[in-house]
Amino acid sequence: MFKRSDQDSRQSVHIFVDGAAIEAREGDTVSAALLVSGRDVRRATAVSGAPRLPYCMMGVCFDCLVTIDGIGNRQGCLVPVAEGMQIEIQKGKREIGR
Amino acid sequence: MNALPKRDGYDVVVVGAGPAGLAAAATAAEAGLSTLLLDENAGAGGQVWRAITSTPVTERGQLGADYWAGAKLVEAVRASGAEIIQRATVWSLDRNLEVGVSVGGASAFVGARRVILATGALERPFPIPGWTLPGVMTAGAAQTMLKSSGLVPDGRTVIAGQGPLLWLLAAQILRLGGRIDRILDTTERRNYLAALPHAFAFMTSPYFAKGLAMIREVRAKVPVVSGVTELAAAGDGQLASVSYAAGSRRETIPVELLLLHQGVVPNVNLAMAAGIEHRWDDLQLCWSPVLDGDGNTSIAGIAIAGDGAGIGGAAVAVIRGHIAARAAVETLTPAAAAKSASLATLKASLSQAERGRAFLDTLFRPARQFRIPSGDTIVCRCEEVTATDILDAVAIGATGPNQLKAYRRTGMGPCQGRLCGLTVTELMAQARDKTPQEIGYYRLRAPVKPITLAELASVPKTEADVQAVVRG
Ligand code: FES
Repeated sequence: MFKRSDQDSRQSVHIFVDGAAIEAREGDTVSAALLVSGRDVRRATAVSGAPRLPYCMMGVCFDCLVTIDGIGNRQGCLVPVAEGMQIEIQKGKREIGR
Repeated sequence: MNALPKRDGYDVVVVGAGPAGLAAAATAAEAGLSTLLLDENAGAGGQVWRAITSTPVTERGQLGADYWAGAKLVEAVRASGAEIIQRATVWSLDRNLEVGVSVGGASAFVGARRVILATGALERPFPIPGWTLPGVMTAGAAQTMLKSSGLVPDGRTVIAGQGPLLWLLAAQILRLGGRIDRILDTTERRNYLAALPHAFAFMTSPYFAKGLAMIREVRAKVPVVSGVTELAAAGDGQLASVSYAAGSRRETIPVELLLLHQGVVPNVNLAMAAGIEHRWDDLQLCWSPVLDGDGNTSIAGIAIAGDGAGIGGAAVAVIRGHIAARAAVETLTPAAAAKSASLATLKASLSQAERGRAFLDTLFRPARQFRIPSGDTIVCRCEEVTATDILDAVAIGATGPNQLKAYRRTGMGPCQGRLCGLTVTELMAQARDKTPQEIGYYRLRAPVKPITLAELASVPKTEADVQAVVRG
C-alpha cells in the first residue's frame, strides 16, 4: 500500500508485531510502521468486530487503536516507535487489566 | 521535553503548536510573559508543517516553499523562552482557565491568566458507502505519512474529493515517486458560477498562481475525472474497488488505496467543552466560535487563533496567533506591548492574507450528497451507526444530537463525535426540516480525549480537594 522514499536516511528501529520482528525508522509512528510493513495489521472493532486500519493519522478517529508494550487502546498514530517495542494488533475491546 | 509542566501556573498557556500556536507562543514569550506551549504531536508544526524538524524528505522542492516557511517560526519559539511540551494531550479546560493535561500517562492541572487555543482543523467527514474499509484513508493521513516518514502510495491509488489540499497532496506524492491512478474531482459544477463574484480577489491573492501551477503539474501525470456526483468504496473486509458517476459516465475501478478529502473544519472539541459559544457557519458548513477582533471568545481569558477560529489557512493562522497573543500582552504587560508590531498593523496584514478565502469557500463547498449520507452508509464510525439508524431514531422522537446519543450512542465512542458530529447535525436538520443552528451539536465535556480513571485518580490533590469530596 505504501513504500518508503529512497531519500529516507533515518536510522532503523526494530519493533515486534504479534511477536514477529519488523523494521521501522526512527521518527515513524507505530501506525506508519505497521502500514508500511506489508503485514496484515487490521484491527477488529469493539462493536462489531469489523476490520479497520488507521484513517486519519492525526489522533482524531481512533481507528489506529493498538496494544503497545502490554497497554491496550493506544493511538498508534500518535506514538513514535522505540527499539524493541512490542505491538499487538488489537482484536476487539481493550482487555481488562491491560 | 516530555515531562509534565514545570510550574503550577503561567501567564499564557497555548494549546497546539501549529502555525497559530507557534506564533502566539513566540509573541507572548518574547514579551516576557511566562508561556507554556502544549502540543499533542511528537514535534512542533501542526498539520501544515508536520515533522518540520525531523522529516526525512530533505529535497526541499518536494514539500514546497510553504512547508519550509514554518521552520523560522519553530526557531523563534525555541529561542523565545517559552516552555514547550510535545506529546502533551490537553483533555480539559474550564472557565477558571484551568488546563488538564496528560503527558506520558500522567496528568496535571495548570492555571493560566490567558489561554490561547490553537487546536486547528480536522478533515471534514466524508461519509460515503465503504468509508470505514481498510484501505480508505483521508488525504491528510497520506500527507502526514509523507511528511513525517517519507511514505508514498505504491499500489493502485485513487484520490477523491476536492479542495486545495487534495492537489497539494497529489503533487507531493508524485514528486516523491508515489503512485496515483486517478483523481475523482467532486467539485460541484454550479460552484464555479457561484464563486465567480469572488474571483477577482482570489486572482490577486498568492493562492492563485500557486494553485494553478500545482493543478497543471498533477494533470500532466494523472487522469482527472471532474464533476463526480456519486462515490462508493467496496470490498470484503478490505478495499477492493471504487465506483463513481460523473455525468453519464459510470465506472468501477479496482483499487488498493482510496484517499478522501473535502476540506477541513475547525477542531472544536476542547473549545466547546470549555463552554465557548459557537455558531453554525452557513458558508463553511461547520461550527465556528463567536469571537471578537482579537480572537477573544465568550469566556473571559480564552482566545482562539488559527483554523479553530474558522478556516483561513496557514498564513492567516500565523497572523491570528500573533494578534491573540499581542492582545494578551497588552492586558498583562502593557509596557512590553509598545515594543512589538501594533494590533492595527497585524490586522491590516490579516485582511490582506484573508483575500481569496471567500472564493475558495464557495468553490469548494462540499456537495450535499457527500455531507449527508443515506441508507446503510455509516455515519458514526466508532459506534457503527448508519444513516438509516439515525433517521429511524428521528422518526420515533430523537430531536437532536444529544437525544440521539440515548437512542444510538452516536458520538459516544472514543473519537467523541469528531468524525460524525457535523454529519449528524446536518442529517437531523434535513430530516426535521430545521437549520443546523436549531438542531445544535453534541454537548461536549472533559475529558475531551480518553484518559484512564487510574490517571485521573493519581492527579496530585490538595487537602482542600480531598475535603471537598470526602464526607466527615
Ligand atoms: S489514525 Fe486516526 S486517531 Fe490514529
